[in-house]
Amino acid sequence: MKPFTYVRARTLPHAVDLFADRDDAHFVAGGTNVTDLLKLGVLAASHLIDVTDALPREIETLPDGTTRIGAGVSNAVLAGHRAIRGRYPALAAALLAGASGQIRNAATVGGNLLQRTRCTYFQDVTRPCNKREPGTGCPALAGAHRDLSVIGGSGTCIATHPGDMAVALAMYDAEVEVLHTDGRTTRLPVGELHRLPGDRPDRDTVLAPGEIVTAVHLPDPGPHRSAYRKVRDRQSYAFALVSVAAAVTAGPDGSTVRLAFGSVAPRPWRAGTAEERLRGHALTDELVRAALDAEFAAATPLPGNAFKVEMAKAVGLATVRDLLAGRGENTPDQAHDVPGPAEHRHTPSAPAEGPEGAAG
Amino acid sequence: MPSETTTHLRLAINGQLREVDVDNRTTLLDLLREQLALTGTKKGCDHGQCGACTVLLDGERALSCLRLAVTLTDEEVTTIEGLCGPQGQLSALQVSFVAHDALQCGYCTPGQVCSAVGALREAGRGWPSRVTPGLAHDVDPDTLSRVEIAERLSGNLCRCGAYPRIVDAVRAVLRTGDTATPPTQAETETGEQSR
Ligand SMILES: Cc1cc2nc3c(=O)[nH]c(=O)nc-3n(C[C@H](O)[C@H](O)[C@H](O)COP(=O)(O)OP(=O)(O)OC[C@H]3O[C@@H](n4cnc5c(N)ncnc54)[C@H](O)[C@@H]3O)c2cc1C
Ligand code: SF4
Ligand code: FES
Ligand code: FES
Repeated sequence: MKPFTYVRARTLPHAVDLFADRDDAHFVAGGTNVTDLLKLGVLAASHLIDVTDALPREIETLPDGTTRIGAGVSNAVLAGHRAIRGRYPALAAALLAGASGQIRNAATVGGNLLQRTRCTYFQDVTRPCNKREPGTGCPALAGAHRDLSVIGGSGTCIATHPGDMAVALAMYDAEVEVLHTDGRTTRLPVGELHRLPGDRPDRDTVLAPGEIVTAVHLPDPGPHRSAYRKVRDRQSYAFALVSVAAAVTAGPDGSTVRLAFGSVAPRPWRAGTAEERLRGHALTDELVRAALDAEFAAATPLPGNAFKVEMAKAVGLATVRDLLAGRGENTPDQAHDVPGPAEHRHTPSAPAEGPEGAAG
Repeated sequence: MPSETTTHLRLAINGQLREVDVDNRTTLLDLLREQLALTGTKKGCDHGQCGACTVLLDGERALSCLRLAVTLTDEEVTTIEGLCGPQGQLSALQVSFVAHDALQCGYCTPGQVCSAVGALREAGRGWPSRVTPGLAHDVDPDTLSRVEIAERLSGNLCRCGAYPRIVDAVRAVLRTGDTATPPTQAETETGEQSR
């Protein structure tokens, strides 16, 4: 690790100024990823700007039913928060499925979104890696890629976004609030924060250097039933091989399904194609299966991770089936059970609450 | 002597004020072990993957290997050494670990104990875990199941595989409701006797 200077930003404008003053500066929040990458030599910052004191730490339910989560809120506090557990259960479940109690205490919302890939070559500076050192090659393509992307990758990089929280956020149509270096604040959908690698795998996200994630905004989810399911090599304290965040909302024209997959792509993979195919139809196993086949038709897996395509479809189907059968977490204001395939046709008068516009 | 890349720190550690100059690269773990001779906290992996280095920051469990010392401000640091009473009496959880033979080599134990203290505090707030049915409801910290305890301590690996007894030890203190404070002399003796 090379020596670095360290400074704490007092406010967000202060953080922006501090960044503008220095070359080779890097933000740190909970530090659980930054510290590790500094030790591994993957990150070689000469100046660390600690944004902990500058980031908002509130979880606010706004009058319009939306929720604003400060980027400095810890993963543990977010998962424990009653309004989050009650109104966005799949988000709480995703957070609780991530890392360990100790890490969730330190990890922030902003840092979790911007954590780097766990690709083993990326973390090993003795190996080439296009993401770490553009143009050096991607040993994962012909090497260890079991954990890596099956969809959305490119011939230069197949790293995944490895996190859990972002998958649930994408499913709930959350937006990320970003402070730009010129002082403007904008918002973008969580699903558009992470880039697909194309020929610039070194750029994980659409953020420019010095831009700060200040908050996450969640729409009012309405009554729904949801689940977060994570498949991994051991039951706890491991990254996902495949995960899915799913929600079913009852409506006058049948149930609406929202689905996002984790650890299959460079970004949380919102299953817009599958959702579209399911809209307005009685949700039979056959239909869900066909919708998931359509979603993953564009998958380009490699020999070592082809199983993840089938795994994602199987976990997606099982999760939707469970939700339709009344299993999973209900939001407390869910007045009625979401009708399953059988009762569906006979009970058209379920609560008339549709989801927010589904992003692709 | 502080320079651009070193920092003078004033830290409250186990109830004592400590002043040190640290290279900004130093983790809290290395500071404790190498500069402050608090070697109770262990280094297993140094990458956040084992939990051996767990300490308490303002009572919340944290991995000291993933925390740069320079980032600490006014948090109170408690290590395994700080869980004992002034005369070195073991805390209830430590006594319970001894009583339940919840260790073999003992290398993971300081981290397990600190993690358990933090986990019970989290449960005391009603926080659910991954295995809690019904996330909307608060958990009852006094009736945590074995599965709940195992999940809440999943961030602490034990290469000796003492897991079942670690869960026993933690479950036993739930009933006493006394997790972080030193036990009475009588409790200490009970712990000693059943070893
Ligand atoms: C053993 C282990 C297991 C893990 N398992 C899981 C898991 O199962 N699921 C999971 O989701 N995660 C897992 N993690 C990852 C962990 O959740 C992340 O390290 C953590 O969320 C990062 O948050 P942080 O606040 O510590 O980020 P930091 O380390 O402080 O920062 C991470 C990155 O984000 C940047 N950054 C931080 N905040 C901001 C901001 N507000 N604006 C702009 N840039 C910012 C930093 O510059 C840095 O590049 C695991 C980690 C470990 C070590
Ligand atoms: S998959 Fe991406 S991160 Fe992994 S070695 Fe290839 S270029 Fe690097
Ligand atoms: S030494 Fe810190 S988690 Fe292993
Ligand atoms: S007792 Fe030996 S590692 Fe746990």
